[in-house]
Amino acid sequence: MSGGDARTVEATVDAVYRSDARRVLATLIRLLGDFDLAEEALHEAFRAALEQWPGEGVPRNPRAWLVSAGRFKAIDAIRRRARFDAAAAELAERLRESTSESAPGEGESVEDDRLRLVFICCHPALSPDAQVALTLREVCGLTTEEIAHAFLTPAPTLAQRIVRAKAKIRDARIPYQIPEQAELPERLDAVLRVIYLVFNEGYTASSGGSLVRGDLSEEAIRLGRLLHELLPEPEAAGLLALMLLHESRRTARTTPDGDLVLLDEQDRSLWDRARIAEGAALVETALKSRRFGPYTLQAAIAAVHAEAPDAAATDWAQIVGLYDVLARADPSPVVELNRAVAVAMRDGPAAGLPLIDALFARGELGEYPLAHSARADLCRRLGMTPGARASYERALELTRQEPERRFLERRLRELPLR
Amino acid sequence: MKYLLLAYHHEKKWDSMSQSEKDKAVSGCHELDAQLEKAGYLHAGGSLAHTKDTVSVRPRNGKPLVTDGPYVETKEQLGGFVIIEAKDLNEAIQVASRHPAALLNEELGWGVELRPFEFFKQA
Repeated sequence: MSGGDARTVEATVDAVYRSDARRVLATLIRLLGDFDLAEEALHEAFRAALEQWPGEGVPRNPRAWLVSAGRFKAIDAIRRRARFDAAAAELAERLRESTSESAPGEGESVEDDRLRLVFICCHPALSPDAQVALTLREVCGLTTEEIAHAFLTPAPTLAQRIVRAKAKIRDARIPYQIPEQAELPERLDAVLRVIYLVFNEGYTASSGGSLVRGDLSEEAIRLGRLLHELLPEPEAAGLLALMLLHESRRTARTTPDGDLVLLDEQDRSLWDRARIAEGAALVETALKSRRFGPYTLQAAIAAVHAEAPDAAATDWAQIVGLYDVLARADPSPVVELNRAVAVAMRDGPAAGLPLIDALFARGELGEYPLAHSARADLCRRLGMTPGARASYERALELTRQEPERRFLERRLRELPLR
Repeated sequence: MKYLLLAYHHEKKWDSMSQSEKDKAVSGCHELDAQLEKAGYLHAGGSLAHTKDTVSVRPRNGKPLVTDGPYVETKEQLGGFVIIEAKDLNEAIQVASRHPAALLNEELGWGVELRPFEFFKQA
């Protein structure tokens, strides 16, 4: 124990809060088996630290101290509360059954608790919306209001989503554990999907005026890093790489006025080389594992783009090849669309157009604005002005994004009149 | 962030009760209030007097008009309030869930409304 004046101690408590609060919370959730109780315990533990550390000195292992203080206070509180609150009474009963569990101080088990927290927040029993909200709040520590703002949702709606998700975890007794090996791939998929959803929401807002909501993307990258650090699976590396490679183009993909700049027109000197290097290295590691999946393949495609000095010098043959593999690993109409665009770059627009038309003929992507704008672009390059006009107009009808709308209008204006 | 917790109750039902019934209904409040206080979220709070002791002032023809009774006549009336400081809306909901009006006397129309607010900036 070391002493210190109150102001220094307060700064220390602040610093410990920033660095360790989410870890302490993760452990308290395991020990107490309840999100709300753990959150209150966290609050109480830090309050106790502010009261006691100035007199007693900062403990040698602050995190262990906080876990133990929080646990003690929570058990105390829940027993007192049991008289009035049926939920608290049940909880008190459960805690009585599991009292003598040890509270780990540091090392691996604490990191395991963080991983447990990620997995429970992304549990398949919860709706995708709830998974995202819970992960951002419990793992990343964002406030309900911040999440609501980022997703353009009223705060009371989002708050209820979180309340219901926690109730579901409690009532269904969803276990707070890292999935078994057999279950891991599927559960990991859910976690990766949540992280990528958060990233995309930040990268391309699904509606509204601003194309880039960078904070969410940064948060997703932080989450991706955490996951990759805790669970070094190839696809965790692949997703982190994919996000880094997309993020590297952030400043280049919009004009200062917020207009969209397509990949082939971007000023590549604005691309963030450090992120590209980190992303490319991760892709390489993931590919070498031979257990990679769709995220790694998409990241590999992004890495090929990143390596090209300009659009014309891009290795389109390699990109088409990677899309071929991706279309087998994770078949979807959007992958086929992207492959068609890559084929058009490799072999000319006349080769890509029938591939997109075949998708439409199968009834796929009719409502997807990017499919229509891709078709319009190929028609434009082939000098098929009426076809280009019709497809741009269809894309314009479908898009809900302001920058995309402006881009399509510009393209329409630039078409020759006949 | 700061939240105002507004505790409502059915006033007419309350008025129709005997003193011993009222005592019984509020017997748990003191301890719950103490627990809330101890948890360290509370800024301030209090119980409100009966609406018969209430006065409302509102503009009429550019002048303040004074009337007796609450601003809005409803079955459920405001009976108390608490000001809390919480990390976010969900933490505030957790605190509100431990308020007596969220746990007791369902049949007397008890309930808590939660409103985010900020103090006026000091000039």
